[in-house]
Amino acid sequence: MDPARLLGPAQIDALAQLGVSTILLGGIYALIAVGLTLIFGIMRVVNFAHGEFLMLGMYLAFWSFTLYGLDPYFVLFVSIPLFFLVGLLTYALVMRGVITASHNAQIFTTVGLSTALQNVALVAWTGDFRFVRPWHSSVVLRIAGTAFNLAQVVAFAIAVALTVALFAFMKWTHTGRVMRATAQDRDAATLMGIATDRVYRLTWAIGIACVGAAGVLVAPLYSVYPTAGLQFVLLSYVVVVLGGLGDMVGALLGSLIVAAVEVVGSYFFGTAWKEVLYFVLFIAVLVFRPAGLFGQRGAEMLGA
Amino acid sequence: MPTWARNSSLLRLESVDAFYGDLQALFEVSFEVRDKEILALVGANAAGKTTTLRVISGLVAPRRGQVLFNGDDLGRVPAHRRTDFGIVQVPEGRRLFPFMTVMENLLLGAHPERARAERNQSLEYVHALFPVLAERRAQLAGSLSGGEQQMCAIGRALMAKPRLLMLDEPTLGLAPVLVGKIFETVRTINADGVTVLLVEQNVRQALTLAHRACVLESGRLVLAGPARDLLGDERLKRAYLGM
Repeated sequence: MDPARLLGPAQIDALAQLGVSTILLGGIYALIAVGLTLIFGIMRVVNFAHGEFLMLGMYLAFWSFTLYGLDPYFVLFVSIPLFFLVGLLTYALVMRGVITASHNAQIFTTVGLSTALQNVALVAWTGDFRFVRPWHSSVVLRIAGTAFNLAQVVAFAIAVALTVALFAFMKWTHTGRVMRATAQDRDAATLMGIATDRVYRLTWAIGIACVGAAGVLVAPLYSVYPTAGLQFVLLSYVVVVLGGLGDMVGALLGSLIVAAVEVVGSYFFGTAWKEVLYFVLFIAVLVFRPAGLFGQRGAEMLGA
Repeated sequence: MPTWARNSSLLRLESVDAFYGDLQALFEVSFEVRDKEILALVGANAAGKTTTLRVISGLVAPRRGQVLFNGDDLGRVPAHRRTDFGIVQVPEGRRLFPFMTVMENLLLGAHPERARAERNQSLEYVHALFPVLAERRAQLAGSLSGGEQQMCAIGRALMAKPRLLMLDEPTLGLAPVLVGKIFETVRTINADGVTVLLVEQNVRQALTLAHRACVLESGRLVLAGPARDLLGDERLKRAYLGM
């Protein structure tokens, strides 16, 4: 369901509303894309199974809400360590074997993982559309002629906090430096005594923890079903490309651009056009500015 | 060989064969690096000099033969663990982390556990050796000039507190005045107690600097001895010194 539809009837100033919707939707996209950005930036692996980890996060929110009445905001704190473990496990079982393989082998592997997870969800939980609707998912805030959903504001705030935290972690901690160094020159990093295999495992686990948490957060805003991740993962690629392939802050800005295209495009041309519009943008960026809108020339190869 | 010489051996290669795929790069290479000396490893392109360094640092596993450091067999020690022994390589082409600052590159050098505790002293030492690295601490390493990049690469390796510093073609592509400066620095580092294994195409200068030298030809060790003697060797003169 398009979150813009959740607004309900209200007298709203169209322009301000478009701005607010863009920012809030951009926050959700950033939340989903940040893990993909990290994994791509450090490992140079495009994780095609990213949307499926999002879907698993959504199911986690659904089942804990339905069976135990747990609020998604509480489940969020459990989901981060849980999905970190899921990341360690999938790295050891799947990614470790292809980390030095060709890009093609990595693509086929993550696509395979994606399909496997979708079907596991289908077998385990059927293809029914499920809904998580805690009290806060229906709270509409009205400020200065605009209306927005409380759950979107929370998702946005957490997306920004997560992006800033990851950015600071990458920039100012020793482990962050070690991760960037590994991305820029694996052999040189090895010669500095860095265990690069462990760096990749940690990167993957952090990325999966981010997207799992994102799944829990967006569950109250969308419906939950085995292929729920697909609609987000495509636009995550657009975000990562716009942001400069691995650039954390770029991805946040890229998310806002994708959201703006979607919100404004839907307003003027109808929602059917939104994917056409942002994939035209996607292709245009790849053709004319392959390092991304904000990226540094050459950085697309090196994970700056 | 007298016992004192055997005792003073820091690194020993024994009959090392190494391959890249099916291509054999080293044939029964044996030599030793003695504690506190500068050993020059010279030879033409593709003679196996870089491969020898990569075998020692663990990036290439030898198919046969042994690498002994201070008497320990390094055969089962993975590359990233060898810095714990004090084996540190400055790779050919410098291989800095180009999108990180000079300071970040240096700090990464101190990644090994035993180097991290002394990070601040090491940083002072490196900045005293190369004051330009202190001036350019916030600049991206990829934007430095060739000479400065080489200094940064050597500085980064020194941050790891090496016992054995391996330098692969440190003067490649540098202006003559900088070549002299790099050689001078290597002499200083060695005087401060670091054993140096130097790979150079600049044969004459390398032999002037080094205590001893080994000559590789097509993956085989063909000559070894005191550097001064090799400078006068007729075969070497014809092959590398153009005399």
